[in-house]
Amino acid sequence: MRLHQLNPVVESVVAGIIGLAIGAAIMLAYGYDPVSAYSSLFRGSFGSVYSWAESLANATPLILTALTFAVAMRGGLFNIGAEGQLYIGALAAVSVSLIQLPYPLHVVVALLAAMLAGMIWSLPVALLKLGRGVHEVISTIMFNWIAHFFAFYLIANVLTDPIRGEKTISIVETSRLARMVPHTSLNYGLIIALVAVAVVLFLLWRTTSGFELRVSGHNPEAARYAGISRRKQVMTAFVIGGATAGLAGAVQVMGRPPTYAVMSGLPQFVNLGFDGIGVAMIGRNHPIGIVFAAIFFGGLLVGGRIMQFSPGVPLELVRVIEGVIILALAVPELRTVVVRLWTKTRGRKQIDGT
Amino acid sequence: MELDHLWGILFGSLHAMVPITLAAIGETIEESAGLFNIGLEGILLLSALSGALGAEASGSALIGLTVGMGTGALIGLVFGVVNTYWKGSQLITGVGINLFAFGFVAFMLITLGAPGFHSVPRAVQVQLIPLGVGSLSPLVIVTVILAVGVYWVLRRTHLGLRIRAVGENPAAADVAGIRVNALRLGTAIAAGCLAGLAGAYLSVDWFGAVTKEIVAGRGFIALATVVFSGLNPLLALLGGFVFGLFDTLATWIPTYPKVKDVIPWQFVAMAPYVVTLLVVAGAIGRVQFPKALGNPYFRE
Repeated sequence: MRLHQLNPVVESVVAGIIGLAIGAAIMLAYGYDPVSAYSSLFRGSFGSVYSWAESLANATPLILTALTFAVAMRGGLFNIGAEGQLYIGALAAVSVSLIQLPYPLHVVVALLAAMLAGMIWSLPVALLKLGRGVHEVISTIMFNWIAHFFAFYLIANVLTDPIRGEKTISIVETSRLARMVPHTSLNYGLIIALVAVAVVLFLLWRTTSGFELRVSGHNPEAARYAGISRRKQVMTAFVIGGATAGLAGAVQVMGRPPTYAVMSGLPQFVNLGFDGIGVAMIGRNHPIGIVFAAIFFGGLLVGGRIMQFSPGVPLELVRVIEGVIILALAVPELRTVVVRLWTKTRGRKQIDGT
Repeated sequence: MELDHLWGILFGSLHAMVPITLAAIGETIEESAGLFNIGLEGILLLSALSGALGAEASGSALIGLTVGMGTGALIGLVFGVVNTYWKGSQLITGVGINLFAFGFVAFMLITLGAPGFHSVPRAVQVQLIPLGVGSLSPLVIVTVILAVGVYWVLRRTHLGLRIRAVGENPAAADVAGIRVNALRLGTAIAAGCLAGLAGAYLSVDWFGAVTKEIVAGRGFIALATVVFSGLNPLLALLGGFVFGLFDTLATWIPTYPKVKDVIPWQFVAMAPYVVTLLVVAGAIGRVQFPKALGNPYFRE
């Protein structure tokens, strides 16, 4: 691997450090001890088999929603619709529990239903873009809110648990994803997410359509000259994205004990789509990078709960850190800017060897 | 339905119009100059919090609104610097601002003691103007004046011409002696100010409280309003009012027993977002956006 190929990795690491540093500064400003906070955060996320399993369990849906964003981004599109698509996917998976099927088949049907539902939910976004020129940022956000209220409606009126009205019916035994490590949340959804990573990797880097998608994202002018159909690229990006987001909702509801149901208010789903954007960005919109970034962020979320418990720093700080990391990554020449600011504060001392 | 209800809906719509229109006319200024900031949602949220805290600390609603504007200006400054001098990605910066805001405001609400909710004392909220048939926030009038003012500046002054030149053809503007990055940075700060005022209005005036969900997509609806208005602040007033009307109906309809049984409240709550989509889909085609919108300027 050549050195310049490592640049994105270096940038992500630098951005991560900036994020953690600003997180520490905020903790200091509010009277928390950042050293004990971070040490309990990282012990809580990667300090034991249990915490590793929980981190990976949290990473699972993030891998899938990050793929949604990354596939679109590779095609030059800004799809922030994973949030809504995953709600719809989860509810589609729940609705499959209304029918009876034998064990492995039931799981497969539920997963397919969720993917299909995610695709259908993202289709109008692609059509509005192609037909009416509506920017996908606007339409995906609107569809997220529509999905939000539509999900509330389905939970309260259609898929409601007859005994406990605040949740949907539970996923039936035959349609659940088994646990990988006993007594943890980690389930075979992780394998499904990794398969999705492999599929996206293959589609984007080993097929002609994938190549065309990346070209049209990287250089739209060149793509047009080469006769690549923009229409096809937009459809492909949103269909794949809808499928992985739907899958994210499905694995979250089919694999997470104890309820195996969608609760009213969507607590186990809210923000998974938006966090996926951050994960995709930290993973530089590459499927392999996304796996590592998702584990990092899944770990932050798990460790954040421990940090909230022991030094008492609110979990929400994790999202502040994520925001700062994204802001840092928005700067394309991050390294140059950091070096320039550094030299300025250091009395314009010369730094060479870059 | 009685006349009182109609007045109630009118005043409710006007109050709901304020944050959307304020944020939209700010965004119109910076989009005219070529900057597309999807971090509006985050600016509204952060300034809703800082405005509330400012009002309480000082005991004055006016200072609270000013603190909100200052917060917005500060974030506008960050957005502006990243996307002018540092040639950043505007969409990614916007996402970063939103994530930061969601996290930071939730964090602050917990450190303030009451998780998820912080109310603003009645005494430091903006005083409404009694009009006999209802009370009106002075911010409604301010919003109308600002919309007309921004329209006039953008369409009728030399400054407005330069802002639009920078959005349309930054290279030509540069040759003509306009400092492209500095002007864009200025528009980002102005836009931040207006979004900050909108955010502070939510907490110090309209709701009288701060929650994590206080903004509820209004920043994004403001973005849609800009599209709908075709970068015309006067139409942003109309757009804001239409969305405000649906927002108000969504809270009014569930209180009528007969309607409530026919239309589930979730579908009423969906309406503003569906309408936004339809309006935007209908508006595009006739809307001409600045050619350099979304792109950093590289001097050749």
